[in-house]
Amino acid sequence: MRKWCVLLTLLVSLCPGLAGAADQPVTGGTLIWGRGGDSVSLDLAQATDGESIKAGIQIYENLVKFGDNSMDIEPQLATSWEVSEDGLTWTFHLRKGVTFHDGTPFNAQAVYDSFARVIDENHPFHSYGKWAYLSLSLGMVKEVKVVDDYTVQLVTKKPYAPLLNNLALWLCPIVSPKAMAEYKDQIGMHPVGTGPFKFVKWVKDDQIVLERNENYWGDKAKVDRIILKSIPEPSARLMALQSGTVDIADDLDPDSIALVKKDPNLEVIEKPSINIGYLALNTEKPALKDVRVRQAIAHAIDKDTLIKAIFQGLAIPAKNPFAPTIWGYNDEIQPYAYDPQKAKKLLEEAGFDFSTELELWAMPVSRAYMPEPVKTAELIQAYLAAVGMKAKIVRYDWGTYLKKTANGEHDMCMLGWLGGNADPDNFLYGLLSADTAVTPGAANVALWKNAEFTELVKQAQKIFDKEERAKLYKKAQEIFHREVPWVPLAHSTIVRCYNKKLHDVPLRPNGLNSFQMVWKEK
Amino acid sequence: MPWRYVGRRLLQLAVILFGVSVLVFLMLRLIPGDPAQLLLGEYATPAELEQLRHKLGLDRSLAVQYWVYVKSALQGDMGVSIRTGAPVFQEIAPRLIATVELSLAAMVIATLFGVGAGVVSAVRQYSVWDYLTMFLALVGVSMPIFWLGLMLIYLLSVKYPLFPMMGRLSMGLDIPVVTGLVLVDALLSFRPDVLWDGLHHLILPAFTLATIPMAVVARITRSSMLEVLDQDYVRTARAKGMDEWVVILRHGLRNAMLPVVTVLGLNLGLLLSGAVLTETIFSWPGLGRYVVDSLMGRDYAAVQGCILIFAVIMTLINLLVDLVYVVLDPRIRIHE
Repeated sequence: MRKWCVLLTLLVSLCPGLAGAADQPVTGGTLIWGRGGDSVSLDLAQATDGESIKAGIQIYENLVKFGDNSMDIEPQLATSWEVSEDGLTWTFHLRKGVTFHDGTPFNAQAVYDSFARVIDENHPFHSYGKWAYLSLSLGMVKEVKVVDDYTVQLVTKKPYAPLLNNLALWLCPIVSPKAMAEYKDQIGMHPVGTGPFKFVKWVKDDQIVLERNENYWGDKAKVDRIILKSIPEPSARLMALQSGTVDIADDLDPDSIALVKKDPNLEVIEKPSINIGYLALNTEKPALKDVRVRQAIAHAIDKDTLIKAIFQGLAIPAKNPFAPTIWGYNDEIQPYAYDPQKAKKLLEEAGFDFSTELELWAMPVSRAYMPEPVKTAELIQAYLAAVGMKAKIVRYDWGTYLKKTANGEHDMCMLGWLGGNADPDNFLYGLLSADTAVTPGAANVALWKNAEFTELVKQAQKIFDKEERAKLYKKAQEIFHREVPWVPLAHSTIVRCYNKKLHDVPLRPNGLNSFQMVWKEK
Repeated sequence: MPWRYVGRRLLQLAVILFGVSVLVFLMLRLIPGDPAQLLLGEYATPAELEQLRHKLGLDRSLAVQYWVYVKSALQGDMGVSIRTGAPVFQEIAPRLIATVELSLAAMVIATLFGVGAGVVSAVRQYSVWDYLTMFLALVGVSMPIFWLGLMLIYLLSVKYPLFPMMGRLSMGLDIPVVTGLVLVDALLSFRPDVLWDGLHHLILPAFTLATIPMAVVARITRSSMLEVLDQDYVRTARAKGMDEWVVILRHGLRNAMLPVVTVLGLNLGLLLSGAVLTETIFSWPGLGRYVVDSLMGRDYAAVQGCILIFAVIMTLINLLVDLVYVVLDPRIRIHE
């Protein structure tokens, strides 16, 4: 027996491939990535769909980026930056020795062309695009200035600390100026960036092929190629993952994820995303004006059950207006406990008229933060009924729904936010300040106008020290908690399902990762 | 060949296309849903939406929008896709060819097996073979394509990996695109490996797509054959001492083919425009999926382009069916 053991150990140590298979990164191989649909445009400055972004961020880089597994800002094509005294001018020092995939050198001019085409109507490339999401990208930038070959300045319209997060978003890629001039409005079909993978070909509705950029400035990608394969049928996608036809499968439903978890060859990683699903309470409606009524609604809803029933466990309950994966989250806040008795008492104290029927608006489309809106609405309706409140479920088509809620026509409405640029400002100022509570077109659909809260979040926009800003945001969250303009419901979990042959698979809380460091066992 | 007749039918096509273009244009704009809103989603501010609508020309009157559309369509420009910004023709062409390849393969399977089974059933009426094929035909017509496709993948790709489960070629295999039809391009570039790979990928989806037409064709062939085999001229042929298979194929099948050709024509039209389910299950990059996606995204130009192409295909197939009648039955004359 002992002899056999020795022999076996010897044999294993003689096969380095076998012994080190799981922990020694190897280079080579093709990563096949199954997903639900095709990309629309690989000019990320114009992309508004997740499938375009997933592919595009392998090809392009930005001045700054989010961490591989967090939403914290790190340098990328800019090595350092500083902000002027008045908070209006940002100076970025650029990385040297970087070239685009087409051989064009990366420099300040490339940054200028990539940004000016979006904001400057006179820029020759401006007419090539639709530049739809200015509020999340460069809308706050007044001017882009080339200082020298490797220094660029951005001048903002007002002091705006969240700018860094905007620059890290997919919407601000640095694109080869030569390619932009050559491909004009078709640059989305011929992406040229500086990233670890370069574009090879795109067969529409079928596959996008990328290959390693051998001239990459940093750590070169581990796999030779990435093929992003469109597999629209979710069951087929699951079978493709189980059979090893694809290495990663996106957007599987909860039942499929449960199957993947049981499969010894497959791996699942999950973490809370940056999104939030919420129930907004229209603070301008007489019935909901009293804060005790709103607090009562918060006490009436059992979020834990909601998450089990609707999200099948793939979510965490929300207590603040943004997720714990974003900095500035106030974890000291004690959530409103599920307590129907207390809710009833609060309603009675407030003199709530139990004969009023409130409208509860349910979203007509499902989103990650609200996978089954109608079921959710029915559940909330039942919870409200249990404390004596009558609610009627109201539905519209999506376009009408957004328009009418932005007009404040609802009593209570369900909505959510995918997370935008993952800066607290995006949630607190964007969705809850008095500035955005102006109808029509209010993003603050609770129409909640709290002067103290608004002052805090506006002040935070002008502070460039993260710690200082976080303090203000934590205070703002306390006011939000006390006043209950929303009942925050849940932050859905983000999940990545893949074959165990893959290693070092990252998962950023917004689900958008470069697969530069991922390697595949032979 | 009645060329004048063909010419007149082609002229009619122009009228049909005009009618279809007006109908599709209006219907698309009558259904609720704003392309700009769908494109931008909930991130968009009202100003951004307004600006995008303006850029897409959606803020102009319907008459002006239709005029712009027809004017460029007449010049061969079907417009630009709202979602991708690429010319619609460029988007449609490769997908149409993928669909044509799948549909033709399915039609070949449906015709060979459907007609064959139908003939044998008719000849051996009330035999075990007859009952079995007609039972299978009933199953074929009533089986949901979706379920069949997934079962085939599960059994023949996952459990017993005999066939690839998706796409037109193995990933990473490349051939120069000449016609866009994988099998033809493989032949043109003398690549037997690619030809085999393409065929291998084609079998499961084509078989899935073929089940319904195959079943229909088998049943029609059977009843039509039974009718023909009862005719006097068949009895005469047999009395002359002709070989039984010659009687069945030349005297019987040829005369029984008229209703079958009609059904085949109709089915080909349907397959070309409606292979959505099969394309979705087998990740086949075809036109059916594209139309559905475009419709969901209210991509007006893309949907309009696809529907016009379907109208052309349907009209041409009908014309072809009429012409095949003349070839099959010399008694049929086209009235000029």
